[in-house]
Amino acid sequence: MRVVIAEDLALLRDGLTRLLEAFDCEVVAAVDNGPALLPALLSHRPDVAVVDVRLPPTFTDEGLKAAIAAREQVPGLPVLVLSQHVEQLYARELLADRAGGVGYLLKDRVSDVRQFVEAVRQVAGGGMVMDPEVVSQLLARRPTADPLAALTPREREVLGLMAEGRSNTAIGARLFITEKAVSKHINSILAKLGMPPSDDDNRRVMAVLAYLNA
Amino acid sequence: MRDLLPDQVRRWLADLPPLWRDGPPAMLRGLAVGLLAITLNPVLFVLSVVSLALIPAAGLGFAAFPVVTSVVRWRVNLSRRLAAGSGVPIAVPYLPTPTDASYGKWERFRHIVRDPATWKDFAWLIPGALAGGVCGLLAALLPLYGLEGILGIPIFLTMILDWYGYGIFWPIDNAFEAVLTIPQGALFLAIGLAGARWLTWIEATFASFFLRPNASANLAQRVHQLTVTRAETVDAQAAELRRIERDLHDGAQARLVSLSMSLGLAEELLRNDLEQAAALLAEARQSSGEALRDLRDLVRGIHPPVLAERGLDGAVRALALAVPLHVSVDVDLPGRPPAPVESAAYFAVAEILTNVAKHSHASTAWVRLTHRDGRLAIQVGDNGHGGADPANGSGLRGIERRLAAFDGIMSVSSPPGGPTVVIMELPCELSSPRTSPSSGTA
Repeated sequence: MRVVIAEDLALLRDGLTRLLEAFDCEVVAAVDNGPALLPALLSHRPDVAVVDVRLPPTFTDEGLKAAIAAREQVPGLPVLVLSQHVEQLYARELLADRAGGVGYLLKDRVSDVRQFVEAVRQVAGGGMVMDPEVVSQLLARRPTADPLAALTPREREVLGLMAEGRSNTAIGARLFITEKAVSKHINSILAKLGMPPSDDDNRRVMAVLAYLNA
Repeated sequence: MRDLLPDQVRRWLADLPPLWRDGPPAMLRGLAVGLLAITLNPVLFVLSVVSLALIPAAGLGFAAFPVVTSVVRWRVNLSRRLAAGSGVPIAVPYLPTPTDASYGKWERFRHIVRDPATWKDFAWLIPGALAGGVCGLLAALLPLYGLEGILGIPIFLTMILDWYGYGIFWPIDNAFEAVLTIPQGALFLAIGLAGARWLTWIEATFASFFLRPNASANLAQRVHQLTVTRAETVDAQAAELRRIERDLHDGAQARLVSLSMSLGLAEELLRNDLEQAAALLAEARQSSGEALRDLRDLVRGIHPPVLAERGLDGAVRALALAVPLHVSVDVDLPGRPPAPVESAAYFAVAEILTNVAKHSHASTAWVRLTHRDGRLAIQVGDNGHGGADPANGSGLRGIERRLAAFDGIMSVSSPPGGPTVVIMELPCELSSPRTSPSSGTA
């Protein structure tokens, strides 16, 4: 897997490089500022980019902007965005193109190495990984007149775990239910959101999008 | 006064021609101005002179003069309010009373005597009595005289009295002259109502020459206000620093200590008990995660990263997404306010939205940010059950204090049953939108 990394702190940049290389990734470019990121993404066309939101020279949201700009030119270019804090606002902006291949995680999540690498792989494969903090904020919302209001609390829970990028097996293990029960819930969710039942990854992405944009 | 009337009556009044809409209130104001001026002013003038004269008499005047002055100030403030009704707002010029100067103390006397407004009030009492008496009573009596004519009272009185006159006929000699009192009355009423507005305005303008604060009184008041808000800001800042210190001490620092302990132990155990070491390392990872979460919460409370990254617009939008109810955001800012103002505005909106989510039982809320006439205007409303009171909620009081440091103001409208609307205004200039955000550290 070919990876582009954008992170301004040398310590973290080297750490990420080392970590990903340990899991059979090839880091083709590691940039430390915003202006260099977009050309790197467009010239290397990596399988996945791991991007810090805040980068020099303005130290605002250059990484996020560059990632969104790159996905405008290369639709679906897989990007995993990392940040010291997560905002639903940014999650929505990342997901606005509805193309999948998007991840948005707190930097802390890197400490769980296996899960982090799993998230990188999911994003590279066109999946979607949202930080549990984004998801828990959504769960706290009162359902209003949106399609999600029709979901049972259990179904909302399952959808939340789908948004975190978990597989059916992982969801079953978390909720102490069988994998079969999980797929039954998922079919019910897809039906309520007006999507034909299927195991297609894209449909999962669409369901999660409906959830995040509610 | 009009606020007390039912809505329908108020609408009906507002649709009247100006003469009928503004004339009668001006007439009533004139009556109040005139009566107060001719009764209270001479009395208060005499009392002031007597209490001043009593100063040599065993210092009795030292105690009496401040008391008399308080009554004078109450009386003069009535005039200020009446003048505001006549379209001449007069600011209150008095210097704030020192805290340790109660009645009867020498400090009180000194404070009163040193306040130039005391002497300007005193100087106004007699001229004010004349101007108020003439203008006020004329404003009140001319329309009443007209009313007398319209109602045919002179006709009636001519019949029972031998001699009675009205308008241009003195006395009324025949039936023709008697009938003419009615159109004369109408004319007097119209002139009187139109004149009442002018007369009260003239009286108020005259009073304002004496009663308005001069430049130095304005400055003194400003200094007092700045002293108060600065003290509050300094206190709030100190409290904030203490809170940050405590949060760091009990949170991130403690967790890092536990993290390094776990790591140290794991290092020891690596040689003989791998399983135990692995468990300790997992524990260490958990501690680091918790320390990071604590730090994140702390940073959010000091200066939210999204505010640094996106400015007020984006930060308020992010806030709206984070509270568990539907919030619509409408921002119309051509540039960015200075960073301290942005921060104050952000925390004010955050606090209010938190209150909405906690107390109002609202299902939707809205936030509007605009900039007009050199002021940032922030409005936050909800469809909840109302009843929010800044006097009760320490949160709202805190916002008010925070805004006061920037000369900002807040008003809350929250009738029982809702809806609640909070309006805040902060004077500030916007920077041009192209200015790149200031640099910081990642």
